[in-house]
Amino acid sequence: MKILVCISHVPDTTSKINFTDGDTKFDTNGVQFVINPNDEFGLTRAMWFKEKQGASVDVVNVGGPETEPTLRKALAIGADNAIRVNAEATDGFFVAKQLAKVVQDGGYDLVIGGRESIDYNGGMVPGMVAALTGANFVNTCIGLEIEGDTATAIREIDGGKETSTAKLPLVVGGQKGLVEESDLRIPNMRGIMMARKKPLSVVEPVDANQETKAVEFEKPAPKGDVKLVSPDNVQELIDLLHNEAKAI
Amino acid sequence: MSVLVYTESEGGKFKKAAFEVASYAKEVANMLGTTVSAVSIHGGDASALAAYGVDKVLEVNDDKLTTFNAKAYADTLKQAAEKEGANIVVISSSADSKFLAPLLAVHLDAGYASNVVALPESTSPFKVKRTAFTNKAFTITEMSTDRKIIGLSNNAFGLKENEGAAAAEAFEPSLNDEDFAVHVTAVDKATDKVSIADAEIVVSGGRGLKGPENWGMIEDLADVLGAATACSKPVSDMGWRPHGEHVGQTGKPVASNLYIAVGVSGAIQHLAGINASKVKVVINNDPEAPFFKAADYGIVGDAFEVVPTLIEKLKEFKSNNA
Repeated sequence: MKILVCISHVPDTTSKINFTDGDTKFDTNGVQFVINPNDEFGLTRAMWFKEKQGASVDVVNVGGPETEPTLRKALAIGADNAIRVNAEATDGFFVAKQLAKVVQDGGYDLVIGGRESIDYNGGMVPGMVAALTGANFVNTCIGLEIEGDTATAIREIDGGKETSTAKLPLVVGGQKGLVEESDLRIPNMRGIMMARKKPLSVVEPVDANQETKAVEFEKPAPKGDVKLVSPDNVQELIDLLHNEAKAI
Repeated sequence: MSVLVYTESEGGKFKKAAFEVASYAKEVANMLGTTVSAVSIHGGDASALAAYGVDKVLEVNDDKLTTFNAKAYADTLKQAAEKEGANIVVISSSADSKFLAPLLAVHLDAGYASNVVALPESTSPFKVKRTAFTNKAFTITEMSTDRKIIGLSNNAFGLKENEGAAAAEAFEPSLNDEDFAVHVTAVDKATDKVSIADAEIVVSGGRGLKGPENWGMIEDLADVLGAATACSKPVSDMGWRPHGEHVGQTGKPVASNLYIAVGVSGAIQHLAGINASKVKVVINNDPEAPFFKAADYGIVGDAFEVVPTLIEKLKEFKSNNA
């Protein structure tokens, strides 16, 4: 089984978010970049398929050379090969078109992406890759088993979960639950050394339209101070929520 | 050309999100000088949509569509959009809508903007405001495609009453086996509980509650408010509560009207996930907890004393205001 894991290169979850150039660009100054958490759950599940079922695991990212350390980290975790599509990830559709080409060229049976990246939160790339390549698709996937050419996937729905089966090729939009937080792997020294020697190929992008563009950014309005209520006067909280906030 | 809206239902009744997307679609239609057509799959009574400005309801009652299936539903919406000549499709931020949206976008050659929080800033060029960086910021996104899909963030727009004819008409999409290539084999859903996505009020517990055995008061507080229960990431990582309750950056986003956090310190990832909630309340014994900087109302005190009192007082309040 050939698995491709799509890796987004995103600011660490603790990053302070700021903008430059008149609020038109994300300020990367002092920001640590990491593997998108939703993708990392998928990568870790892919490692399980590699170790238990002999799958091969490639990772791919659409981005400039600055994203290569993130791909190297994925190799250090255990992926076999990395591919970087040498283009700026301008929007979800553009990225999906690039990934669809990689998927078709590589003949992958299973493609795992995150349900969304934690930077632009578009939540569209895995589904678009599925639609562009004609593969089956399961989103918000929290459990995945493969037997022969059939996948059984569990999807998180509002207020519960749903189980489905589908033939490969399959694309999933993954998230926590594919593996547990405690299953995530921190690369060890041996992994890091090996990752340096693993192939990282750079491919040029295919033509694709950019359909959406973030033209400007805004930060949420600063919050007013919290109104504190004494623990001895809980009734006051109810009055405030009812009369002032109109929330109950 | 009309604005097409996908009005979701559950058990034959429209969800609140259906009325919200209809309200939004009506305002967009007004901006463009056109009408609103809704697609309702095994949905509620079409007349219920009239109050939110829907002019026409395409009712789909295909037996194959009784269970949600992303590809088949996306195909149905595609055919409806083509029939209505709709260039704008409005959907909600439910798990199902977010599942079908990218499929619909590719098949319709449409651009897709998710997590939209306001009416378009302009329609030419077409610009919408959406959240990004998991609620730490907003972006103004310009959509350059002729066809556009707008995924409206839950509770961002609210309900706006309006008048529409809501003329019902049967719609029979032509579906093929390919549409059902992903077979749903089981659905496991708590029907007696409000889901976090649909909830007006969410009550959430953190590590300050000391152990899963202390969750009774969180559930009691949620019950009296008709709220959904949630938890912080450490709580779900330690297995005190199911993963489905984890809210935050890597968990579920929350956009409720009221969010009450008990014993949650307020890590930046947690705050990002719940930031879209309108009114935030924190109860924590540590006055230095970062949540106090993000909350509207707070009580510095022992949750084990404050919460039982709050439940009691809320019961009184509810019986006086029933």
